[in-house]
Amino acid sequence: MRLSYPSNVKIVKVPCTGRVDILLILHAFEKGVDGVYLAGCMEGECHFLRGNLRAKQRVQYVKGLLEEVGLGGDRVEMFNMSASQGQRFAQVAQEMTERVRLLGPSPVRGGLKDDSRQSQGI
Amino acid sequence: MIVGNRKEFKEIVGMLGSNRRVLLLGCNECVTVCGVGGEKEVGVLASELRIHWKTAGETFEVREHTLERQCDYEYIDQVRSFVGDYDVVLSMACGAGVQYVAEAYKTKLVMPAVNTTFLGVTLEQGVWSERCQGCGACILDMTGGVCPIARCAKSLMNGPCGGSSAGKCEVDREVDCGWQLIIDRLTELGQLDRYEDILPVKDWRSSREAGPRKRIREDLRL
Amino acid sequence: MKTNSKIEKIWDSGGFIVTSECGPPRGADSDIVRKKGEFLRGVVDGVNVTDNQTSVVRMSSLAACVILKDMGLEPILQMVCRDRNRIALQSDILGAAALGINNMLCLSGDHQKFGDHPQGKNVYDIDSMQLIQTVCRMREEGKFLGGDEIKGKPVIFIGAAENPFADPFEIRAARLGKKVKAGCQFIQTQCIYNMEKFSRWMQMVCDRGLHEKCAILAGVTPMKSVGMARYMKNNVPGMDVPDEMIERMKGTPKEKQAEEGIKICVETIEKLKEIPGVRGIHIMAIEWEEKVAEIVKAAGLLPRPEL
Repeated sequence: MRLSYPSNVKIVKVPCTGRVDILLILHAFEKGVDGVYLAGCMEGECHFLRGNLRAKQRVQYVKGLLEEVGLGGDRVEMFNMSASQGQRFAQVAQEMTERVRLLGPSPVRGGLKDDSRQSQGI
Repeated sequence: MIVGNRKEFKEIVGMLGSNRRVLLLGCNECVTVCGVGGEKEVGVLASELRIHWKTAGETFEVREHTLERQCDYEYIDQVRSFVGDYDVVLSMACGAGVQYVAEAYKTKLVMPAVNTTFLGVTLEQGVWSERCQGCGACILDMTGGVCPIARCAKSLMNGPCGGSSAGKCEVDREVDCGWQLIIDRLTELGQLDRYEDILPVKDWRSSREAGPRKRIREDLRL
Repeated sequence: MKTNSKIEKIWDSGGFIVTSECGPPRGADSDIVRKKGEFLRGVVDGVNVTDNQTSVVRMSSLAACVILKDMGLEPILQMVCRDRNRIALQSDILGAAALGINNMLCLSGDHQKFGDHPQGKNVYDIDSMQLIQTVCRMREEGKFLGGDEIKGKPVIFIGAAENPFADPFEIRAARLGKKVKAGCQFIQTQCIYNMEKFSRWMQMVCDRGLHEKCAILAGVTPMKSVGMARYMKNNVPGMDVPDEMIERMKGTPKEKQAEEGIKICVETIEKLKEIPGVRGIHIMAIEWEEKVAEIVKAAGLLPRPEL
């Protein structure tokens, strides 16, 4: 449709949002990502029946975890849209970008200022 | 299975104090089934700790390792070669497992990431419910397969009390009245006449009341 | 074995029994007990002293019983299984008997979650049924629960509670039957507002012949206000308050509600007197002890027998 959406949004394609695991989201935040959102099909229209519902529950759970570690639950979100809704896709990208911009950069990156202090993790 | 709850993240961070090299030990049995301390949960806690320490700009090391179980020495022994590289072993097993790891590595700080709660069953994925108190003198044959010690808030042997209402316990409207369950079962089994019998006082010596317990089978000893 | 209980004597003589309650204070002031006791002098045959009711810490029932006894009243010691194990229960029973307490009510006790110390452990070493058996054995056989002999048997008239309005309804008469079999000699019911259900329960009880083995005292509580009526309906476990009752209180102007509550209570007593098997009433006028005399008089139950 040639609609534009913010360039800071990096897309990771999955066959269904139900594929997205809690750890996938957490590891992204570990690496310093500022926000994560899932764009799944409309509820009731999941090709794999309930994948997007599982994703919704997992996003809720991760919100809690992000609160626990001080990043804040607003950095992760679940959105629903159908494949044909190009405008909605762009709108959500804009909305989430704005939200995360207001929240500021992830404090995880703030801690990684100095390469020599780069932590060793697995 | 044994069920527990993951300790609050703040509490775990508080326990770890200034220790930054952590061996996070999961268990493949009960705590996996009830989603509190298996490989997945180890992954989540490890990730949380990394996010927390990266944010603070700290140097750290978190190693994830899940054992088959932590209540048998042979499995705990499997980490002997590398446990020395860490300051703290943070175990996600039940209280029994945590203690056994501590016994195996006496000079290591071993801490619990889980609050062990009860012996229970899976009602549905994601929901676990208490069933047994380990009283050591099982009377399930007399009560239609429902335990009055574990499922009655007052552990009454001759319930229900006057607070039973619409099949629920006075303690919590979401909790079934254990004695309602017993009476329903006895009715279904055609054994309601058993309700007329007064169950005698319990001998609590078989339970934890008499002190920590042990079980021995001589024929199995090597 | 006969006891010195005034209640037992009235039961034996075929009379109608009237008891009430005295909640001990949340402190060590014995005068508060005396003041409440004074309201009940000459008005009732026995006074229950509650045992940390609703799991809220109060002066011990035994202590308050002794204060009332010294005043010349007939106390009924309430003992719950929540706070004491079998050792303490038997010990307190001996103590009560030694201090001349003639009556005892054996109860399970409200769960500690309702009170001011929900963090505490509860005991429930034995239950109310087994407590009845224990006191009975101590009195009749002179033996402790463990089997040892007692030197100086406690001679106490044994009571319990039963709730016709708790679930499951079908076994509530059977449960009373068990208590009677265990040795229970009198019971007090939960306060009655639903006369229809109570009558049905009494029918089941009489069908089992329990009314002849055990003095059944029907519980009543006067409502102070429509707020109290609603609270009891919604927040108190095992309480059955029909909507008509709420409506009646609601329809009364606020300043007349207390009076209406007393009127309903007296009407209830009149109806209860007519139900076969009911051998008395137990008036629970919580923090309203001063109204008991008025209620007993209006219900035509004065004077009380002098024994």
